[in-house]
Amino acid sequence: MATQMTDGHRRFLQVLMSHGIMEGSVARTLHRDCCEIHKVYYAHDKLDDFINVVNIHLQPFFMQIRKGMSEDDGRTYYALVNLAETEITKMASDYTENELELFRKTMDVIIISESGFASSTDILNLADQLKTKKMKKKEAEQVLQNLVQDKWLSERDGEYTLHTRCIMEMEQYILSNYQDLVRKCNICHSLAIQSQVCETCGIGMHLPCAGKYFKAQMEPHCPHCNEFWPHEIPEINRPDSELPSSAPRERRRTPSSGTRRH
Amino acid sequence: MAQKRRSKGPGPSQGELLAAEEDLAPTQSASQAPRSLERLSPAQVDQKVSELVQYLLVKDQKKIPIKRADILKNVIKDYRGIYSEIIKRAGRTLQQVFGLQLVEIDPRNHVYILVSNLPRLAVENLKQDDCTAKLGLLTVILSFLFMKGNAAKESAVWEMLRRLRVDPGVRHEVFGDVKKLVTEEFVRQKYLEYNRVPHTDPPEFEFLWGARAVKETSKMQVLRFIAKIQNKDPRAWSTQYTEAAAEEAAVGGLFEDVSTPGGASQGARRRT
Repeated sequence: MATQMTDGHRRFLQVLMSHGIMEGSVARTLHRDCCEIHKVYYAHDKLDDFINVVNIHLQPFFMQIRKGMSEDDGRTYYALVNLAETEITKMASDYTENELELFRKTMDVIIISESGFASSTDILNLADQLKTKKMKKKEAEQVLQNLVQDKWLSERDGEYTLHTRCIMEMEQYILSNYQDLVRKCNICHSLAIQSQVCETCGIGMHLPCAGKYFKAQMEPHCPHCNEFWPHEIPEINRPDSELPSSAPRERRRTPSSGTRRH
Repeated sequence: MAQKRRSKGPGPSQGELLAAEEDLAPTQSASQAPRSLERLSPAQVDQKVSELVQYLLVKDQKKIPIKRADILKNVIKDYRGIYSEIIKRAGRTLQQVFGLQLVEIDPRNHVYILVSNLPRLAVENLKQDDCTAKLGLLTVILSFLFMKGNAAKESAVWEMLRRLRVDPGVRHEVFGDVKKLVTEEFVRQKYLEYNRVPHTDPPEFEFLWGARAVKETSKMQVLRFIAKIQNKDPRAWSTQYTEAAAEEAAVGGLFEDVSTPGGASQGARRRT
């Protein structure tokens, strides 16, 4: 197995760096394009090996390309993450101390909440309780906007949750700092921020995991205590194909298409 | 401060070194002789190089030029004695692993940017992020400047943009505050230079290509872009074509098309 980096690897890394995070099929298309442009070995099912080569070279910089799942749609994503001990290294240079405190407090609210979301009102109310330096509502709004732009948070209808990229980067940090508070998904066993929780035994499941698990069941029951599952069963997206996003020349996915590919 | 707490680094004396650094950092005690290369273990130097690479990558993500003073303050600290060695190695690593070139765009004030070493694609279809639209606007402005003899008055640039229905005075759906984007963001990122025209009252301003634009694109690429839009041969503009070809020859074919990617990246390497 070759471990030499080629310009194909470098281009892949550069594009991934500029995006921060990339959906699986987009990453596979990029893999193919990078190999074609630089005329290096390409096998459509070898993206993870290709990424491993990059990762070997990223090791000295405490960086890694990680593969993870989005809690929103269950799709596979690739992200370039920082593994440095503090986990907030990258944030530390972009945000001031009270902005970081606001982010940590927001993270507390998100993690403690059942749904995995914090409302903007809740977060803005935190702004004048900051110990480091109080923040005006207007400033806090701007900070929130920056956090969304930098892919630490994602926003939906005025509610905030942790961005997939942030979860991929900070999973270890969150698991060790919120040991007793945080839930792991009963199906895939990784960290679950947004989840459905069993009202009887308290286990949680990612929405996409629950969707997949209950798909075949007429009447959903908790996989742990067998009690009736009272939540709406999430719809699942088409499964991830292992091929680049589309036929050779078509570049963009059509998000609405629900067709399956094999 | 973030770097100090890192514990995964290589080297046996890591703990001691970091502890010592912590003690010294705030006061920068004067009796401390600058560390020299011989007195440091290779692992310690490697560690600093890694930190610098990380720092440069993080800073470059916002495309803001990086000042040497900030590098010294935030990363190098009391390794000043071997600064040039560290920056040389960081530059080499950036090239080998990331395909990025560390360029000093202002040798007097020591300001750096990172530029991709990989050949630019004729159609940069791989970069479909939020910046794509902004870079499109930038390309139009750079084209305009090049065709107008490498500089143009501010008012002429606004007039040209208005004809494209991008009014600098009106909030734009994608670009937001166009005037701010062009005169502040692009200028801060060193894509454009925005200078007061001497002896003008009231003051008039003009735009020129910035250092990052010079590094990231070329006159020939811009001319080809214009030719494509107008469906003409680039040679149709003989003055501009001669100028662009001269630039291309001077930099040794750094900006060739995708058709010869190998050649272009070798060209880049030859320059360093």
